[in-house]
Amino acid sequence: MKKMKKSTRSKLITYAMVAAGFVVMQGLSAAGMVSNSLAGQLVPICVYISMAISLNLVVGILGDLSLGHAGFMSVGAFTGVVVSMSLRFLPPLARLVLAIGIGGVFAGIAGVIVGIPVLRLQGDYLAIVTLAFGEIIKNLLNNLYVGVDKKGLHFSMKDAQALRLKEGTVLINGPMGAPGIEKLSTFLAGFVLVLIVLTVTLNLVESRTGRAIMAIRDNRIAAESVGINVTKYKLMAFVTSAGLAGMAGALYALNYSSVLPKKFDFNTSILILVFVVLGGMGNIRGSIIAATVLTILPEALRSLNDYRMLIYAIVLILVMLVTNNPFLKTNWVMLKKRMAFWRKNKANGGAADGQKK
Amino acid sequence: MMNLLLNLINGISLGSVYAIIALGYTMVYGIAKMLNFAHGDVIMVGAYICYCSMSYLNLPPVVGVILAVIVCTVLGIVIERLAYKPLRSAPSLAVLITAIGVSYFLQNAALLTWKSDPKVFTSVVNLPSLSLFDGRLTISAVTIVTVLANIVIMIALTTFTGKTKMGKSMRAVSEDNGAAQLMGIDVNRTISMTFAIGSGLAAIAGVLLCSAYPTLMPTTGSMPGIKAFTAAVLGGIGSIPGAMLGGILLGVIEIFAKAYISTQLSDAIVFAVLIIVLLIRPTGLLGKQIREKV
Repeated sequence: MKKMKKSTRSKLITYAMVAAGFVVMQGLSAAGMVSNSLAGQLVPICVYISMAISLNLVVGILGDLSLGHAGFMSVGAFTGVVVSMSLRFLPPLARLVLAIGIGGVFAGIAGVIVGIPVLRLQGDYLAIVTLAFGEIIKNLLNNLYVGVDKKGLHFSMKDAQALRLKEGTVLINGPMGAPGIEKLSTFLAGFVLVLIVLTVTLNLVESRTGRAIMAIRDNRIAAESVGINVTKYKLMAFVTSAGLAGMAGALYALNYSSVLPKKFDFNTSILILVFVVLGGMGNIRGSIIAATVLTILPEALRSLNDYRMLIYAIVLILVMLVTNNPFLKTNWVMLKKRMAFWRKNKANGGAADGQKK
Repeated sequence: MMNLLLNLINGISLGSVYAIIALGYTMVYGIAKMLNFAHGDVIMVGAYICYCSMSYLNLPPVVGVILAVIVCTVLGIVIERLAYKPLRSAPSLAVLITAIGVSYFLQNAALLTWKSDPKVFTSVVNLPSLSLFDGRLTISAVTIVTVLANIVIMIALTTFTGKTKMGKSMRAVSEDNGAAQLMGIDVNRTISMTFAIGSGLAAIAGVLLCSAYPTLMPTTGSMPGIKAFTAAVLGGIGSIPGAMLGGILLGVIEIFAKAYISTQLSDAIVFAVLIIVLLIRPTGLLGKQIREKV
């Protein structure tokens, strides 16, 4: 254990934490101790964890604020619905895997289209353009009609009649979203998705690419001057993040019987950003914890009825005020230093004792 | 031809509302360097206050508007004092999340106070509409009042920032916070003042918006808020004339897109214009060009 690199150990702790969470929840639900409302939250929690990790890749690791992450989620969600509903002859597991995979690919393509113009800008201007793209994606999906019949898929941007279906079904019905989705998502699938997202992100961060991305975040000009191709690495992080969000979106959509484009609006993007900021920017484990706690919190406050979102808002403001309080911050740093000093002293003392003998 | 003119006037009117809201965003951004996402919800509060004083207390519209402005001004100062002031030295993202928390708070507080069912807002302007060219062109009184209000606010604000001591200190703080403080300007008071003016303007914008589009809900403010924010960025965030120009452009583009291209896709077109403008001029139409220093 001691010889292990610090980063490897931290990685293992993160994996162990996710696995333990899964095993505990599986055990509890097998014992019948999970309430219905919590059981209904299991897949969304996995989705939000994946979303938070993928957004952290852009906001925390790449250092660019994105306010339109829900847009990529919706691309994945609706692609996933179309894939799973038009391949009904395949077994459910294959359809789920294909839906998530192809959803991720399409969201990745959307990431390339959005990323090329967006990443030329900086700071708040970049943030507002991601917001604009998120709204554009929502607006386009609000007007997208997709149907399937024996001849294959039909697309239209006008209305459901314009699809000219012959005994087919309408898969995506504009503002009405996707009705009649077959529920394919399971908690196990969610767990596997979280593991995939985690593996991709952690390995990316620790690779040469990841170090280049973080160098761009810390000082773009310095990074450029040592020969890092800024556009390439920025785009790489952005597209990876979009693809992962798309996979999460597909899992999300296939957890419900119907999904509306309206669901993936600015508020959803912000919700995920809140997970990332509260969990700590660039801290993957923090994102996981924040996403889990903040998804359960409104459910846990359900007994307070109308007041729960008000309390959620107050908790959010208070957490931001407390964690950014300069007084507490300095004291926390002092405390940490003292702890480290004390530990070091103890270790040195121990070593000296060993030599004496 | 008449149709085109009518659309243009409607566009300028809608744009005037966006411009008034955008002023709040741009002033706060210029001075406190923060994106105040709660601004859109202050609009909603202003509209509700005016609605309540008119329907429940039976006060005349003018009193309702004044009341809304006063409540929102106080609300702006209180929000700034409680939520943003402790975060002066915090990273900008922390302030952003706090602003979002405030936005949630206002929306849900409004939901508890006024319930979710939409209220029908009675227009504060009860004048007859103007008829031109033998009745071929009818312009509603609200449209005219909105445009006039916008012009008055613009002139007042330009005079304020150019001539008064407070206005000058505002410009100084937005230029260089630290240097302004060294020159003896009370930065905290200036920031409070900015929030007060921005929120007061938001109340006027809320009343005008709901007079033209009379459905009032706790979420009424969010979409115009985002659009006005877009307008502020389009004009160059931090610049007051930029907010005006951006707001009016955005309103005209939105109405024209609705009339001539597609009603459903108008939002997408508006945002696409923003993206194209930012790609050509990365700091907006009237924004300051920032040289990159190594």
